[in-house]
Amino acid sequence: MTDTQTAADAVQMNMIQAINSALDVMMERDPDVVVMGEDVGYFGGVFRATAGLQKKYGKNRVFDTPITECGIIGVAVGMGAYGLRPVPEIQFADYIYPALDQLVSEAARLRYRSAGEFIAPMTVRSPFGGGIFGGQTHSQSPEGIFTHVSGIKTVIPATPYDAKGLLIAAIEDNDPTIFFEPKRIYNGPFDGHYDRPSRNWGGHPDAQVPQGYYRIPLGKARIARAGEALTILCYGTMVHVVASTVAEMGIDAEIIDLRTLVPLDIEAIEASVKKTGHCLIVHEATRTSGFGAELSALVQERCFYHLEAPIERVTGFDTPYPHSLEWAYFPGPIRIRDAITKILKD
Amino acid sequence: MTDFVSGEHQGRNLPPLTLHVPEPRFRPGDTADFSDVDVPAAGVTPRPDEQASAGAIRDLAYGLVRVLDDEGRAVGPWNPNLADDMLLRMLRSMALTRAFDERMFRAQRQGKTSFYMKCTGEEAVSIAAAHALAYDDMCFPSYRQQGLLIARDWPLIDMMNQIYSNSADRLKGRQLPIMYSVRDAGFFSISGNLTTQWPQAVGWAMASAARGDTRIAATWCGEGSTAEGDFHSACTFASVYRAPVILNIVNNQWAISSFSGFAGGENTTFAARGVGYGIASLRVDGNDALAVYAATRWAADRARSNAGPTLIEHFTYRAEGHSTSDDPGQYRSADEGSAWPLGDPIARLKAHVIGLGIWDEERHAAMDLELANLVKDAARAAEKNGILGHGMHQGFETMFEDVFEDMPWHLKEQLAMALREKKAAGV
Repeated sequence: MTDTQTAADAVQMNMIQAINSALDVMMERDPDVVVMGEDVGYFGGVFRATAGLQKKYGKNRVFDTPITECGIIGVAVGMGAYGLRPVPEIQFADYIYPALDQLVSEAARLRYRSAGEFIAPMTVRSPFGGGIFGGQTHSQSPEGIFTHVSGIKTVIPATPYDAKGLLIAAIEDNDPTIFFEPKRIYNGPFDGHYDRPSRNWGGHPDAQVPQGYYRIPLGKARIARAGEALTILCYGTMVHVVASTVAEMGIDAEIIDLRTLVPLDIEAIEASVKKTGHCLIVHEATRTSGFGAELSALVQERCFYHLEAPIERVTGFDTPYPHSLEWAYFPGPIRIRDAITKILKD
Repeated sequence: MTDFVSGEHQGRNLPPLTLHVPEPRFRPGDTADFSDVDVPAAGVTPRPDEQASAGAIRDLAYGLVRVLDDEGRAVGPWNPNLADDMLLRMLRSMALTRAFDERMFRAQRQGKTSFYMKCTGEEAVSIAAAHALAYDDMCFPSYRQQGLLIARDWPLIDMMNQIYSNSADRLKGRQLPIMYSVRDAGFFSISGNLTTQWPQAVGWAMASAARGDTRIAATWCGEGSTAEGDFHSACTFASVYRAPVILNIVNNQWAISSFSGFAGGENTTFAARGVGYGIASLRVDGNDALAVYAATRWAADRARSNAGPTLIEHFTYRAEGHSTSDDPGQYRSADEGSAWPLGDPIARLKAHVIGLGIWDEERHAAMDLELANLVKDAARAAEKNGILGHGMHQGFETMFEDVFEDMPWHLKEQLAMALREKKAAGV
């Protein structure tokens, strides 16, 4: 089936259930798939994403690890060299830095440096982003660190349906992939208004998830909302915050959920910006050298003569993620509204 | 009271603290004297059962397994009692490795490549280990275990093609010379970043165990890079999962210009690092091919019987510079190598086989000549495929291949740019 079809066996899932289902489907299909990480085994993960997998597939394929992210990724490289297809979990994206050398210098470079003799077909799952009062060590969005590295793919889903289809595609992919899961929307979409009651995924069309196998190709963006007034490039949690803000403003924006940052769907971006003539980029990560800077440069290089206003960026601030001032930091509806107003003021 | 702004103590009568910054005992101009290095006699170290608990054999992390005595006799419980042809095979591999190193070092000095690293004085560490392992056991080496490939009879010309980054280099000229990758010989791609291969070897061994395979993994690093976090991650994983892996520390005393004291060598042995992890740990005379063989075989048997990992410190000496890029005369005493109490690994094995009556000086000299010619012929053949810096040996497009399995649009665009530049440059 394609990514636009809905299977007859689709059921309501939140993002965690969809991720769990993707892991289950892939472990069932491919005996080389192994799941490893801190607390992922018996307990099923601190966010429950791996719940039930150890019981079903055994400890040789789903196991807890020591608390050393360097070791987790290094071991996954070795398992990949053996012929397995590891899916390590880094408990929070904020914990990924001890593994950076194994990711950047090893996993990402292995195919190149060995001219294809050895590959690192791993998918590193990790919850990222703020909005859950996680403080500075449970809230970061480090995707820009990985998009800067040659040889690694970066994938970020925004819906349960996409989370499952993209995770399956990432696991099947023979290149190392960072799969960042926006933990603020694990249990429901988020409109950016922290002071309103949170919603769950119930009734959301993108939470109807087939129970079996399907994949969404890496490198293909999703038009989350078609429109004419301006193009908004975003991913993860911000897709929902943007959609809600745009609806509140009554603006006919085209919202592009990038889904994959590397490889990027440049064709979808180019077509949209050339159509609307306006471009806003929204991400939660810090601003300077963030992925928005890359998007801005690409749009400028390819769509300059179609642009009717300067490109705007809405991002987190260049500070650590504060605990008590989380919602002052978060690029919420006010910041997005101001940027849209500025772009469209002429 | 302490004034935290000025740092001055008020009203306290304590001695000032001092910082210990290690200093090697001998620097250029000094006469090296290793008479205080504790070298137990060959044969005195007991050989425990391969199933022994790590805790029961802790002393071995502080001793020194030695088989060859000063007269070249093989003595004691660690004597592997190798057949004559195996002894001569190891001798030949070691001599070939030394001849290869000589030739390639000279090739770098002649401007045929950018870089080279010898393993002179450390040949036994990799070659005896390679012979003690099964051919399909997986090796995760550092950059000084070229002896593994030579012991596994990998064609010299293939190694040289890599060193020259020429048109026959299977790695397409991408890697620094000697950073080989030989999947067919169970030799993992060398990184250049230090000790990253340790957790990878553990992961490979864990996968093998999880699959019910029979193959084990072995990895190597220098004593200096035991300070890397990866070393400790690897030891933790190896211990926790009782991974079938052999963890080798090649303690050759020097990490470029930093002596082993900068990795903690003044305070304990490197084998002792394993004790804290509950890993069986052996300290071995790394210049004694029979001791290295015996220790590796012990560790391999232990791993194969699901008794867990072994850490082996090979006590040896880096007889030459770190690489072609440094002059050891600038930072250490010139006579350290000759004063080294454990001698030269080739000379010691040679004395042993001569003592057995299966070898003699004439045959050895003839072998050295034969190997020098073998290496010379291989080098000439490799040079026909090109040398570094003399012509372009790889197509521009190869620069963009293998970054990913399939080339994404941004690399295709950059490839087009590179090809335009190539045309503009007229190359």
